[in-house]
Amino acid sequence: MLNLPENFQNYSEARQQGFLRLKELKESGKKVVGIFCTYTPTELILAAGAVPVGLCGVSDEPIPFAEKHLPKNLCPLIKSSYGFAISDTCPYFYFSDMILAETTCDGKKKMYELMGEIKYTHVMQLPQGRSGNLALESWYSEMLRLRDVLNQQLGVEITDDDLRKAIHLKNRERKAMLDYFEIGKLKPTPISGYEISTVIDTNSFIFDTEEKISILEKRTAQLRQDYEEKFKGKPSRPRILITGCPTGGVREKIIRQIEELGADIVGFENCCGPRAQKDMVDENKDPYLALAEKYLRINCSVMSPNPGRIEAMAEMIDEYQVDGVIEVILQACHTFAIESYRIKKFVTEEKHLPFLSLETDYSQADTGQINTRISAFLEILAT
Amino acid sequence: MNYVGIDIGSTAAKTLVFDGEKVVASFILPTSWSSKETAARIKEQLYNLQYNIDSPDTKTVATGYGRISVDFADKIVTEITCHGKGGFYLLSQDCVIIDVGGQDTKIISVENGSVTRFLMNDKCSAGTGKFLEIMANRLETDVDGLFDLAQNGTPIPISSMCTVFAESEIISHIGAGHARCDIAAGIVESVINKVALLAQRHGIDQKCILTGGLSQSSYFREQLSKKLRKKVYSHKLGKYAGALGAALLAAEKFH
Repeated sequence: MLNLPENFQNYSEARQQGFLRLKELKESGKKVVGIFCTYTPTELILAAGAVPVGLCGVSDEPIPFAEKHLPKNLCPLIKSSYGFAISDTCPYFYFSDMILAETTCDGKKKMYELMGEIKYTHVMQLPQGRSGNLALESWYSEMLRLRDVLNQQLGVEITDDDLRKAIHLKNRERKAMLDYFEIGKLKPTPISGYEISTVIDTNSFIFDTEEKISILEKRTAQLRQDYEEKFKGKPSRPRILITGCPTGGVREKIIRQIEELGADIVGFENCCGPRAQKDMVDENKDPYLALAEKYLRINCSVMSPNPGRIEAMAEMIDEYQVDGVIEVILQACHTFAIESYRIKKFVTEEKHLPFLSLETDYSQADTGQINTRISAFLEILAT
Repeated sequence: MNYVGIDIGSTAAKTLVFDGEKVVASFILPTSWSSKETAARIKEQLYNLQYNIDSPDTKTVATGYGRISVDFADKIVTEITCHGKGGFYLLSQDCVIIDVGGQDTKIISVENGSVTRFLMNDKCSAGTGKFLEIMANRLETDVDGLFDLAQNGTPIPISSMCTVFAESEIISHIGAGHARCDIAAGIVESVINKVALLAQRHGIDQKCILTGGLSQSSYFREQLSKKLRKKVYSHKLGKYAGALGAALLAAEKFH
């Protein structure tokens, strides 16, 4: 049995609840910006008085719609996101006044070109690496361009003061998320990876940042208390670190399954984890430069080279007292699939930990095979 | 005490009895459409051989994709751990196990007697026993017959990675009037290439043993050795490696 909070809402329940809240917000005149990625500087959206909403597809239902336009052999997250848009079955997409995206991976950036035909989509030109001479400079100018686009599209005037406030608020939210994630460092852990994964994804359906912060802080305090009262001193199950692609779309098939088969997921070294939260935006700088610096530091595999991922992983393995690493690769995600070789070498040869890589999509077709691989991996951890 | 290992694979169900010192019985039944029914037939067969599965002196571990259907098992363990155990016992040393099964191919490393890592094929039947079975069927023979043909042939490359496409490729080779033995050699080569690629990706730094249904074919083993440039061993109980590992685990756990 997973230790879930009282009145825990699973992803689809929370997603549904969010529809009504968003509808009310829209009716009160609020503008909505649909987003997809941790590279999105949401501070600028908040500073524009609008609300950001995550549109990453985690369901395989809209994929057949997407496959009318997109190749079959493409990342399920991209197909699912596009499928929701083209089939007009996602209220969050429907309510969005505009879409804000970035040139991250090849699949996404080309898909955004098609998405732009359905709704106004602004694509920020993200540099391919952070070491190039003009990387920071060009990303900084993309921040300024985004300000102008938001001003024009949403009919507002973003002031530096608004932006500073938004940065401060987001930093507070980051801190609350980080404290929540770091509950996973406790051994045995009182929090399940299933809860972490669900809460982080459904947080996007709460549109008041203060409310988000308060929910996270309350739950973190509760979990600390649970640890003292019910977990401390008890034996721990094997502790797993998840790495690789976003795992929202395989939450039931992989995340939940790992925990039902007898291990604890204590942390996520992917964009569902502390990766983007650990690193605050500098509040003492020109706000646009501070944003450019922060968002360029995110260590996703779209960056070349991407040494930060190994550093983050080394840190997490030690701090979260990890026993084994499971990597999730979504079908046709070239950047993570290629990095897999290096990650495997690092985990097995430098950290001397068992490593399992699972390549999958959003379908249920490989449930049995995934189950066997996870079970065998846990048997290795048990010996 | 008797320790029974049952390995219900996609094609064949392997059963083996270990008395704590040696293997005392083993048999193979085809897996029927229902794993539950297969499990019941195994129980009956064991009973005919004077092994009463319900007796407290008999402990059973089930493995293979049908493992959850063996409701009389005392424990279920994945085929990866079982093949690791079984392969280690057959070679009496740390090794890499190459198991070509009916629906998947596994490469398993055993260090200090335990499985440390493994790699399995994608969710696709190319490079498995199923592929050979389907292609043999196309050539109106069975898998053994396919090997016999292949030994006298010069391989025609089969380039399709997908079983369904490879089947059409073979149909066009047949249509073009190529010799049956050359097509057969091409089919075997295509499986060898897939298996070798998986093994090389995993890394074969130790003695290798081939297990599973194809381990009895010396032709297949020789071809694989040639491709890997490394001797691949086999054992007369190679087919039973999973069931053997399960029985050994039962002995470890319940002795």
